[in-house]
Amino acid sequence: MKIDRRSMLRSLLAVAATLAFPKILFAARADKAFEATTSDEAIAELLGAVPTASDKVHMKIPDIAENGAVVPVTVSTDLEDVESISVVVDNNPTPLAASFDMSPKTVAVISVRIKMGQSSIVRAIVKAGGNLYSTSKEVKVTIGGCGG
Amino acid sequence: MGKPIKIRAKLKGDIAEVKALLPHDMESGMRRDPDSGELVAAHYITDVTIEHNGEQVLVAYWGTAVSKNPYIAFSIKGAAVGDVIKVSWTDNKSDTSETETTLK
Repeated sequence: MKIDRRSMLRSLLAVAATLAFPKILFAARADKAFEATTSDEAIAELLGAVPTASDKVHMKIPDIAENGAVVPVTVSTDLEDVESISVVVDNNPTPLAASFDMSPKTVAVISVRIKMGQSSIVRAIVKAGGNLYSTSKEVKVTIGGCGG
Repeated sequence: MGKPIKIRAKLKGDIAEVKALLPHDMESGMRRDPDSGELVAAHYITDVTIEHNGEQVLVAYWGTAVSKNPYIAFSIKGAAVGDVIKVSWTDNKSDTSETETTLK
């Protein structure tokens, strides 16, 4: 790549803009986890361990999603000391859909709507008391939510 | 400045049940323009912050797989009449939006 004065100035300005307006930080978004292309990689990058299946993690999601562009999902848990709740779609190009950092002041129930490119196993992972727990469910998609 | 967020909050005892609608295109970067066949650039919300009376109580990190015009629902403990709930987001192009509501 050729670097001339104009593009150099432009990139310096971009850097200055990011520094001047930093994102509000709780932890920081694990960008690498969101770019991971397999669920295992995304979970390892985001949470650093392998979750164990638990019946204390509950996920409400349709068995058959008519429209993959809008799949409502609600994750809740009976576990105490919930630190985060994440939703991962195995067959999406980048499986990690969303992650929520909870605080002692939030009730451990989160609803969100996600996109699914095709039928897939969907996983809900809860980090509580330093450990990881998960539940998963297969969701059939009749119309994909990616592509045009 | 992004489009305004719509918040609906209901107080049940000392728990505030909050629903928020965040109008945003949420382009994944994988969709092709139907006319030109070109890929549409990714443009999506990456961070959502929820504040209760100025204190961060919930932070959401999103990827490209959150649906267009995202909807989220959550509940906050220890809430009372007059408390302020603020929802704000930042997207991958550093665009932002924020809206707050007072519990009744």
